[in-house]
Amino acid sequence: MTLPDDELVAALRAGDEAAFAAVVRDWHSGLLRVARIFTPSRAVAEEVVQETWLRVLGALDRFEGRSSLKTWVFRILVNTAKTRAQRESRSIPFSALHDPARVPEAAVDPDRFLADDHPHHPGGWESPPRELPEDRLIASETRAVIERAIEGLPASQRAVISLRDIEGWSSDEVRNALDLSEVNQRVLLHRARARVRQALEDYLTPENA
Amino acid sequence: MIDTEALSCQELVELVTEYLEGALGERDLRAFEEHLAHCDGCTEYLEQIRATIRVVGSLTPNDLTQAAETALLKAFRDWKRS
Repeated sequence: MTLPDDELVAALRAGDEAAFAAVVRDWHSGLLRVARIFTPSRAVAEEVVQETWLRVLGALDRFEGRSSLKTWVFRILVNTAKTRAQRESRSIPFSALHDPARVPEAAVDPDRFLADDHPHHPGGWESPPRELPEDRLIASETRAVIERAIEGLPASQRAVISLRDIEGWSSDEVRNALDLSEVNQRVLLHRARARVRQALEDYLTPENA
Repeated sequence: MIDTEALSCQELVELVTEYLEGALGERDLRAFEEHLAHCDGCTEYLEQIRATIRVVGSLTPNDLTQAAETALLKAFRDWKRS
């Protein structure tokens, strides 16, 4: 349970350890997912989150409340992660995060549709998806398949689907934390869900793949 | 797969996220829903996207490790004293 922003900031400045522990716990999963965009492994991402909180404490007296505390903390995280990535001279495709719409990517393999000049159903399904077995949908094996599919996504897609659909963030929260436009946030979410759906279909109705 | 005039199946699957986010304009929304009403393939596709969101939503968030929490609380105490 997170306090309203002004109370939270006041509590942290006053040295309220319980308030700090609560916010560190509440935001941890999201921070880690964003850090993973810029870092090669979960272990490095964990370090970046730790470093972020140290920087947050160091800068807390200068926080002016022009954004929410959460947005501010995530901005510091992104800067920390980028600095770390530069230090380790890993090249990160920032451009892919900021303008994914420039690189087209189909939600469904174009071969599964009839040709544009088909006499009856141009662009209609040639190989439509078949009903998924509901009982297997909730099996733990299926969740493992989904987890692997998310792990295999490009970093920016992985962050957006994780924040939206696992952490339950709103699109505005994701846009603010990652500094994305409305359209790009949606494009990344769209592609991520489409790829994970494909993995789900491949696993549950393999005869269709 | 009957109404292919306004919106093809291949076009519809690209609008699914905008549909679910409530971001489709009035005309696109109408075309989308009319297509769905007649198309089993696209209805199933949308259902699978919804199933995907449900299964992804059942995954567990990452927990803070005890060691990390202890280190951060120590840092907080040090900061408080400084």
